Amino acid sequence: MDVLDVALRLVAVLVVFLTFPLLVGQTEHKVMAHMQGRVGPMYAGGFHGWAQLVADGVKFAQKEDVVPDGADRRIFQLAPAVALLPYLLVLIVIPFGPDGGVGQEIDAGIFFVLAVMGAGVLGSLMGGWASANKFSLLGGLRTTAQLIAYELPMLLAAASVAMAAGTLSLPGIVESFEWWWVPWQIIGALVFFIAGLAELQRPPFDAPVADSEIIFGAYTEYTGLRFALFLLAEYAGIVVLCGLTTVLFLGGWHGPFAEDGMGWVWTLLKAAILAFVVIWLRVSYPRLREDQIMRFAWTTLVPLALFQIALTGVVKVVIQ
Amino acid sequence: MPDYFHGYSVVGLVAVVGVLFVAVAFASGRLLRPVVPTREKMLTYECGVDPVGEHWAHTQVRYYVYAFLYVIFAVDSIFLFPWATVFAAPGFGGTTLVEMFIFLGFLSVGLLYAWKKGVLEWT
Repeated sequence: MDVLDVALRLVAVLVVFLTFPLLVGQTEHKVMAHMQGRVGPMYAGGFHGWAQLVADGVKFAQKEDVVPDGADRRIFQLAPAVALLPYLLVLIVIPFGPDGGVGQEIDAGIFFVLAVMGAGVLGSLMGGWASANKFSLLGGLRTTAQLIAYELPMLLAAASVAMAAGTLSLPGIVESFEWWWVPWQIIGALVFFIAGLAELQRPPFDAPVADSEIIFGAYTEYTGLRFALFLLAEYAGIVVLCGLTTVLFLGGWHGPFAEDGMGWVWTLLKAAILAFVVIWLRVSYPRLREDQIMRFAWTTLVPLALFQIALTGVVKVVIQ
Repeated sequence: MPDYFHGYSVVGLVAVVGVLFVAVAFASGRLLRPVVPTREKMLTYECGVDPVGEHWAHTQVRYYVYAFLYVIFAVDSIFLFPWATVFAAPGFGGTTLVEMFIFLGFLSVGLLYAWKKGVLEWT
């Protein structure tokens, strides 16, 4: 165990964790603005407002940290950390290039990733309950209900890829990828991506934070730095979801010229396109009602995911 | 085997880094921000009026059945993963595939039953 090597990896994963979500956030500012016929932030930093999120961060750090008298103080204060850290953990096992281009390879990669990502929702539930606020409680419960509903199709879609590749290791899955997996696994890919969106409470599945009904859901009472950490968790979640979809369904580092050490460019490019789609969906779809969200998961996504598993099984055995 | 645990020890170190990051953020936040509590500020937010009744409001827990369903289905799906890695290996093939369809059949029947019973209705 080379200490320097491990230290480098830790620093790298922390840097990625702190910069990529900001990149997604800034892209969201700009893309949303242009899709809506505005220009978005233009002043902070000079060039097209590139430093807007840095300025936001400075503002958040200077704001008073209000904990309501009625709140469960400790739990309330810990919740943002619980929401944020699972995404940091997941980030280190996502491969970006061939031959060890991964923070740390883990044999049961898919398993680890799904298990740890599910833990993030505890943060929202803790925040929602500990705020002692009716809106927060509703938001927290909605978040949990949504996770319960969408974790299952996500799990099944991921199992389908594991069947296709015959391994649970994330780099192993990308290594055995062939281009025709994309049409073969397309249903699973859509199910996985949509379920991931719903778990992140991104529009159109953002009923848990619906501002017109319940203010900001579980985050209503949060201010300053802790609120910023919740936001960071959401954008880190987008990075992780897009990275995982790329690795599982879109072939990760495979692509033209990938043999010349350019594989990581493909991973980043595919993930960036997916992140763009996430933003695009936010601009173009209206919010679903909570009952519609739940019905969609159980009566559409779960049967589709089961069908994908059957399809994967049959094709795999036939071609053997 | 040592490699296997090495992987998770690095993951453990990432967790330590994460906890340190949050601790530093909270500690420096404490140094940077003002603390000027007033009674109004500490009230629970309820659209600007004084909060009414209990903070922890009574809500109808509509989806405990969902939670049961989820637990049952998720535990089932966990068994898919070890099976997924070997089902197409030499010596398995057709028989395992039939077993999979029986397994999927059980899941589908369970889902259909829940659907017909009306427990998948939120309202």
